Amino acid sequence: MQNVYSRPKGLTEAEFAYCAGCFHSVAHRMIAEVMEELDIIDRTIGVCPVGCAVFMYEYMACDMIEAAHGRAPAVATGVKRVLPDRIVFSYQGDGDLASIGTAEIVHAAARGENITVIFINNTTYGMTGGQMAPTTLIGQKSTTCPTGRDPKCAGYPLRVCELLATLEGPSYIERVAPTNPAGFNRTKRAIKKAFQNQLDDKGFSFVEILSNCPTQWKMSPIESLKWIEEQMTKTFPPGVFVDR
Amino acid sequence: MANKKLIKGNVAICYGALAAGCDAFFGYPITPQNEIPEKMSELMPQHGRVFLQAESEVAAINMVYGAAAAGKRAMTSSSSPGISLKMEGLSYIAACELPCVVVNVQRGGPGLGNTLPGQADYFQAVKGGGHGDYRLLTIAPWSVQECYEFMPLAFDLADRYRNPVMVLMDAIIGQMLEPVDLHGNFEIREYPKPWATNGAKGRARNVINSLWIDNTVMEDLNNRLQAKYEKARRHEVRFWNYQTADAELVLVAYGSTARICRTVVDLARDEGLPVGLLRLISLYPFPEREIEALARQGSRFLAVEMSAGQMVEDVRLAVNGISEVDFYGRTGGSVPTPIEILENVRNTLSGPRVASAQARREV
Amino acid sequence: MNNAHHEIIIAGMGGQGVMVIGQLLAHAAVLEDKNVVWFPAYGPETRGGTADCTVIISTSEIGSPVSSSPDTLIALNQLLLDRFAPTVKREGLILVNTSLAAPPRDRSDCKIVEIPANDVANKVGNSKAANMVMLGAYVELVKPVRLDSIKASMTEVLPERYHHLIPVNCLALERGAELVS
Repeated sequence: MQNVYSRPKGLTEAEFAYCAGCFHSVAHRMIAEVMEELDIIDRTIGVCPVGCAVFMYEYMACDMIEAAHGRAPAVATGVKRVLPDRIVFSYQGDGDLASIGTAEIVHAAARGENITVIFINNTTYGMTGGQMAPTTLIGQKSTTCPTGRDPKCAGYPLRVCELLATLEGPSYIERVAPTNPAGFNRTKRAIKKAFQNQLDDKGFSFVEILSNCPTQWKMSPIESLKWIEEQMTKTFPPGVFVDR
Repeated sequence: MANKKLIKGNVAICYGALAAGCDAFFGYPITPQNEIPEKMSELMPQHGRVFLQAESEVAAINMVYGAAAAGKRAMTSSSSPGISLKMEGLSYIAACELPCVVVNVQRGGPGLGNTLPGQADYFQAVKGGGHGDYRLLTIAPWSVQECYEFMPLAFDLADRYRNPVMVLMDAIIGQMLEPVDLHGNFEIREYPKPWATNGAKGRARNVINSLWIDNTVMEDLNNRLQAKYEKARRHEVRFWNYQTADAELVLVAYGSTARICRTVVDLARDEGLPVGLLRLISLYPFPEREIEALARQGSRFLAVEMSAGQMVEDVRLAVNGISEVDFYGRTGGSVPTPIEILENVRNTLSGPRVASAQARREV
Repeated sequence: MNNAHHEIIIAGMGGQGVMVIGQLLAHAAVLEDKNVVWFPAYGPETRGGTADCTVIISTSEIGSPVSSSPDTLIALNQLLLDRFAPTVKREGLILVNTSLAAPPRDRSDCKIVEIPANDVANKVGNSKAANMVMLGAYVELVKPVRLDSIKASMTEVLPERYHHLIPVNCLALERGAELVS
């Protein structure tokens, strides 16, 4: 019988503790598959964030470092600079990357740091209870904007791909939405390219994955996919922003 | 002495770091420590090592975190306001039991303060500084020669204890020129780092982490840290006694202030005053037993600092009420002169003794 | 010269070469196997602020790098002369750049040496060498180091872009020395 689905070698035996339908599980698995396919598990160092993916070090079969909130690109820079022949990635949510760690991600990108960054944008602080994120849409409700995000008070959502695309440092920036089979394949390809670029010494590669949070959005997983497609993509259009 | 080089304390730090086998330097400009990143930007690439100017002190300490996690000797330097920004990272590095070296060329404060000398970051350096129960092993050079020689010591302590080490200076020590013998005769010990996250080739994967949800596991880590600090208290206390054997009054000071106090001792002895100096080299661990022994011998103390009174609290804890502890400090970038300290010495010696000799014998 | 100990404060405005002549003194002391400490104090401005440095030269080990009251003040302008003249020790030495400052009237205990440093420097051909004139006069008067050692320190202390000025600097040093000999 043909084996069509098994646990990738890039994952440990630990079971994901993520909520049902959450894209963290999807993104973790894809990174694990890519590490296995590129045969880099034993020379990859991952840097995980503070947020729901804080336990990522439990799940990935490579060496892992747990960074302080927002600092993963700086930590990854430290590793990559002293071990340039290793593969280094950071994995960060929207609060981590686009709020408290804005300086670190912008400057890692500006330096063209030869690392891979996976950015999970689900418009919310999932772990701390659904507070407003830097990427929360206008009008979207959260526990710290209970009547919906009002730009007069809370400003506007941050479009990280578009911001970083203005820099000369990055070699690859893409935003993907794994909400359907085509988007799913697109996401896997983007992650693989972001790692392959590092192997090819091309420099900073960045993949933003439009993600869901069924729990904090108070939706079923199916409804959450629809919401990404119908609402999130209006503010955060998928596409390739830089590829050079 | 003609083969000596006339360099600043900040520059000597760089040569010392190089001799210590420092693999990576990450820093950010701030006066009065700019000679360090400037010199490192020249020296490190010349020797095939890493120099990177970070976007902030926050990023710099987290780059150090990454490089140290990868098993390399890494350092950063800054001055007071910048060191405050590094405290988050230092708490993580200490919790992850990673070695690194941080140089603080203290300036006048608080706030933005000024670029003149200060010693008001003492609490921050020796009491932990960031959140949680951790300590920085802290050493304080008082000459340009020691700026050079303390860097290999700092990296060795960091590796041996798997803990961040603070080299605590001030604008005088960092900015002054003195002749230095860059002898290069250091015994650099290599420490195996099986815990390093440098790629899991041929071994189980490593994880560097300070998140422990289970309180018993978190408490175990705390107990391990405390055991480590206890060991440091037994083995890493460093100090220098000058004319203390018969001293009725012992000055206690570190860094540039200790240099100034050394002159004060000479001036006082010229007047026939029984004065000595206990110069602190390690600030954490603190030479508490030595201070207690001097208190028992009948000495009283005058702590001298460029702060409103920080180190003096540790002197008082060590003396524990069995002798008198007085304090003289200047703040905000003002530097005490030998004469002004000498006046305080005269006043202190003529002041009443409160703690009784009886108390000293009984304790 | 057994147990000789010299504490000097050099003070002026940024750009007058205050730090440089202090460093020349320090470097010359190293050449002569003497102990020395130099340390600077700057105003906050990168240009046009005040600048002063302390130099201590000694045949014995140096304790305090900070001087309670210097033996000598070399003052390059009025503002800094006024600030530091009161700190000079009793019967000390004050060198005044009289091109830019009037000698102090309230330090009759001190030996006050008037050097029209900028005028002399202008005659030498470089108005910026007033600092060297002052240094030459000081070294000749007190002899903490030899003038030759100062000259031998020029290439080490001056940035390479100023090395073409070394001959005129040496000339200014000598003129300063001649003024007081």
